Amino acid sequence: MKLTLVTGLTGLLLLGTIVELLRRRQLREKYGMLWLAVLIIVIPLSLFPRLLDNVAELLGVASGVSLVLFLGIVFLLLVCVHLSWEVSALEEETRTLAEDFALLRAQIDADRAARDELVSTDG
Amino acid sequence: MVNGKRTLIIIPALNESGSIADVVGEVRGELPGVDVLVVDDGSTDRTADVAAAAGARVAKLPYNLGVGGAMRLGYRYARDNNYDVAIQIDADGQHDPRYVPKLVDLLDDNDLVIGARFAGEGDYNVRGPRRWAMVMLSAVLSRVARTKLTDTTSGFRAANRRVIEMFAGWYPAEYLGDTVETLVHTARRGFRIRQVPVAMRKRMAGTPSHSPAKAMIYLGRAFAVLTLALIRR
Repeated sequence: MKLTLVTGLTGLLLLGTIVELLRRRQLREKYGMLWLAVLIIVIPLSLFPRLLDNVAELLGVASGVSLVLFLGIVFLLLVCVHLSWEVSALEEETRTLAEDFALLRAQIDADRAARDELVSTDG
Repeated sequence: MVNGKRTLIIIPALNESGSIADVVGEVRGELPGVDVLVVDDGSTDRTADVAAAAGARVAKLPYNLGVGGAMRLGYRYARDNNYDVAIQIDADGQHDPRYVPKLVDLLDDNDLVIGARFAGEGDYNVRGPRRWAMVMLSAVLSRVARTKLTDTTSGFRAANRRVIEMFAGWYPAEYLGDTVETLVHTARRGFRIRQVPVAMRKRMAGTPSHSPAKAMIYLGRAFAVLTLALIRR
């Protein structure tokens, strides 16, 4: 009973954190929704850990808790891969921005140099 | 102008304030009528100012992108400003600009020309894992490019309009991507690659690393980069 209390409270605490982050617009919706969906699955499981025993048996896993652990690790790995992918995309975007910025700065320098030359020959 | 072609020399530079003025000065002295673009890859020293004072155009990146990042910027500049030929040389002074007309000549029949060490001219020696890496790279890349390539990591290259156009849109920023992967990519798209022997000089500043552990890591990374490049489309 004690364990159920600990896991259940942890689940609720996480749910509260996500909702609060979304409410303060600190988390983009696409990520917030993902974690909300996860918590909606996890909280009932934390309250009734035997819920998945039937499915576990079907798959040849000894207990539902082990199945949850396994699925949890797979899910977290996928999330990590996804984040690496997102970071790669972001790096490509910032790289393009840095290049654009350098090209613009070079153009401004060239224009300024040309104008200064014009002024000095006129004057 | 080199042989009637509008030519841009691209020099990627990271903290090279010690040698960049000499390199720019030498290029401008040997090749009058050629534009020089120094791409300052986020240097923390005065590389950009020194290069500009030496008469180069300077594009200064706000932070370090690596050689590949600096080179794509150079090729974008070449494309946007309508150059016929873009030539990449190193900022440490090891490439002799007197070979540039030779490279440009060969662009008549080729799309990408590489100035290669160990191809007969000059003296340049490497041993151990670094040597193995070079042998592996040149064996595989020669097959892919259907031409003899002995110095695949050379930073001395000349590109024509078609290759400039491609590099302006695609140029990997990863380690070794700027040399190995671009060669695979270019060869696979049917561009003609050719190497010419050039003599390399001692670097004007900076020292190459000689630690065996680093050489082994280099071999491993070269192998990984090559494998990835080959399985990519």
